[in-house]
Amino acid sequence: MQTILSIAIDALAFGMVLFIICIGLSLTMGLMRVVNLAHGAFAMIAGYIASYAARDLGLGYAVAIFLAIIGTIIISIPLERFLYRRIYGSPELTQVLMTIGITFCVIGITNYFFGPTLKTIPLPQALSQPVDVGFRTIAAHRLFVIACGAVVAGGLWYLIERTSFGIKLRATVDNAAMSDALGVRTQVVYAISFAIAIGLAALGGVVGAEFLPIEPYYALRYMVTFLVVVSVGGAGSIPGAVIACLLLGFIDTTGRYLMPEFGNFFFYAAVILIVCLFPRGFLGRAQ
Amino acid sequence: MQMTAQAGTVSAAPRAKRLWWRDVVGIALIAACGAAGYWLFPDNLALLTRIVAVALLVLSIDLIVGYCGVATLGQAALFGAGAYAAGIACVNGVTEPMTLIAIGAVAGAVAGLVMGAIMLRAHGLAQLVLSIAIVQLFHEAANKASAYTGGSDGLAGLMVSPLFGIFEFDLWGKTAYLMGLALLLLVFIALKFVVASPFGMLCRGIKQDPLRIRAMGAFVFPVLLKMFVISGAVAGMGGALAAISTQVVGLDSVSFELSANALVMLVLGGLGTLYGALIGTVIFMGFEHMVSAINPFHWMTMVGALLIAVVIAAPGGLSSLFERFSASRGGKA
Repeated sequence: MQTILSIAIDALAFGMVLFIICIGLSLTMGLMRVVNLAHGAFAMIAGYIASYAARDLGLGYAVAIFLAIIGTIIISIPLERFLYRRIYGSPELTQVLMTIGITFCVIGITNYFFGPTLKTIPLPQALSQPVDVGFRTIAAHRLFVIACGAVVAGGLWYLIERTSFGIKLRATVDNAAMSDALGVRTQVVYAISFAIAIGLAALGGVVGAEFLPIEPYYALRYMVTFLVVVSVGGAGSIPGAVIACLLLGFIDTTGRYLMPEFGNFFFYAAVILIVCLFPRGFLGRAQ
Repeated sequence: MQMTAQAGTVSAAPRAKRLWWRDVVGIALIAACGAAGYWLFPDNLALLTRIVAVALLVLSIDLIVGYCGVATLGQAALFGAGAYAAGIACVNGVTEPMTLIAIGAVAGAVAGLVMGAIMLRAHGLAQLVLSIAIVQLFHEAANKASAYTGGSDGLAGLMVSPLFGIFEFDLWGKTAYLMGLALLLLVFIALKFVVASPFGMLCRGIKQDPLRIRAMGAFVFPVLLKMFVISGAVAGMGGALAAISTQVVGLDSVSFELSANALVMLVLGGLGTLYGALIGTVIFMGFEHMVSAINPFHWMTMVGALLIAVVIAAPGGLSSLFERFSASRGGKA
C-alpha cells in the first residue's frame, strides 16, 4: 500500500511536470502548426537562469522562477521574429530541421557560458521538507508541482475559452486569412501565444528540475519525450494533454519503480500502441 | 519551395534519358574521390570507412524521405539491425565478410518491413513520432538483450576472416575501406536504376500527390512498403560494414542521435538526388572530425547554425546550389 501510494504521488507529480512543459508545445503545434523541437531548449535556458539566480546570486526561489520566465521570453522574442516566422506554414520536415538547428545552437552556446556540469536549483526550506497530510507524509515539492499543474491547466482553459484574446486566438487558428480580414492582428496573436508557450516551458523547466535535471543535453534528451507526449494527447487540446501526461507519467514512473532494468521500454511500447490506435492522439482535431 | 521542387522533378523526367552520361561521369567522380581519399589520407582510413558506412545510411534515408516524402527520424533502427545481425553472426562463427554484409542487408530489410508496416499506418506528425518511438524501442531492446548484444558495453570481439580468403583486415583498415568503397559504388549504381525505374517514378508520384496516384489505380501502401524494404537493406549493409570495419557494435548504432544526424547530412546535401546524400555525409563528417576535436559544443553550435542557414538560404541543400549555379551558367552561354 505504501509503495502504491508513493508511486501514485510521484507519477502524478511527474505527469504534471510533463504537462506544464508540454502544453506550451501542444499550443504551438496545434494552434500555430509549428513542430517546435526547440521547446525543451527554452525549458533548459530557464533552468540555467534560475540556477544562476538562486545559487550564484543567492536570490529566492520565487524570484528565480520569475526571472527565469521573463528572461526566457526575452530571449525567445528575436527568435520568433527572425526565425520562427519564416517557417509558419512550411512542410513539417523544414520545421523539424530549423528547430533542431536552434536546439543545437542553444545547447552549444549555453554550455559555452555555463560549462558542462549538472546545475541544481536549491529549493527553499518550505518546499524541501515533507508535509503531513493526515494519513501519511508527502514531499512538499511534489504537492507544489501538482498545484502548479492544476493552476496552469485551469488558467489556460479560462484564457482560451472565456477571454476575448481566446476568441481571437481560436479564430486565427480556424482561418488566419479571414480573421486578418476581420481586423484581428494575427501576427500579434501568434507572437503572444508563442510567448505564453515559452513562458510555460520556462516554468516547467524550473519547477520540474527535480524530475528532469538541468544538464548540457537536456534539450536533446527530453525533446523526444515532449514531442511524444504532445502527439499522444493530440496537438492543441488541453484535456488531451492532461490525459496523455498523466497516463505516460504513470506508465513511465511505474515502469521505473517496478522494473528499472527495462528503462524506457514500456514508455515507447505504450506510445507505439497508442499512436497506432489513435493516429491523431487522444483528443486531436482532424486536419 | 514545394513548387520549385515539383518543377524540378517534372522537368527531370524527360531529360533523364538524354543525360544518362551524366550519371556515368558522376559515378566515375565518386570512384575518383574515394581513390583520392585512399591515397591522400592513409592514416585516416578508419574515419573514411565510417563515412562510407554512414553514407549508405544517408542514401537509405534519401530513398524514403527524398523519393517517397515520408519523414523519418528513426532510420538508425535499420542501420543498427544490420550491424547487430552481422555482429552476432560473426561472433557465432560466420566470418566470411561478404556473407556478413548479406546478413546485414537481410536483417535491415526485415527491420524495414516491420518499421514500414507500423509507420505507414500514420501520417504527418504521428508518423514522425512513430519513427522516433521505434528507434528508441530498438535501442532499449538492444540494451536489454545483453546476452546477445553485449548491452551498453557493446558487442566486441568480431574476428572477420580475410576477404575472398586473400585480403586480411589489417590495422590500417585498407581492406575495409576498399571493400566499403566498392560496396558503396555498387549500391549507388543499383539505386540509380531503382529510382529511374517505373517503380521509382511511382514513388515520386506518391510523394507529390498520393490521392491522385490512388485515383489512377495504383496501390500506395505496398509501393511505399517495398521502398522501405529496399531502404532497410541499404541501411543494413551500412551497419554491417561499420561492424566489420570497427570490429565492435555499440548501442550508438541504434540511437536517435545517429538518425537525426543522418537526416541533417541528407538535408545539407540535398533531398532526392542520391548525390546530395554523399556530398552531405562527406562534408558533415569531415567538419565534425575537425571541429569536435577542438570542442564538441562548438561543433553543436556550428551544426545548428548551418542547419538554420540551409533551411533559410538553400532549401534544396548544397547540391541544389550546384544545379542553380550550372543552370545560370548554361542560361548565359
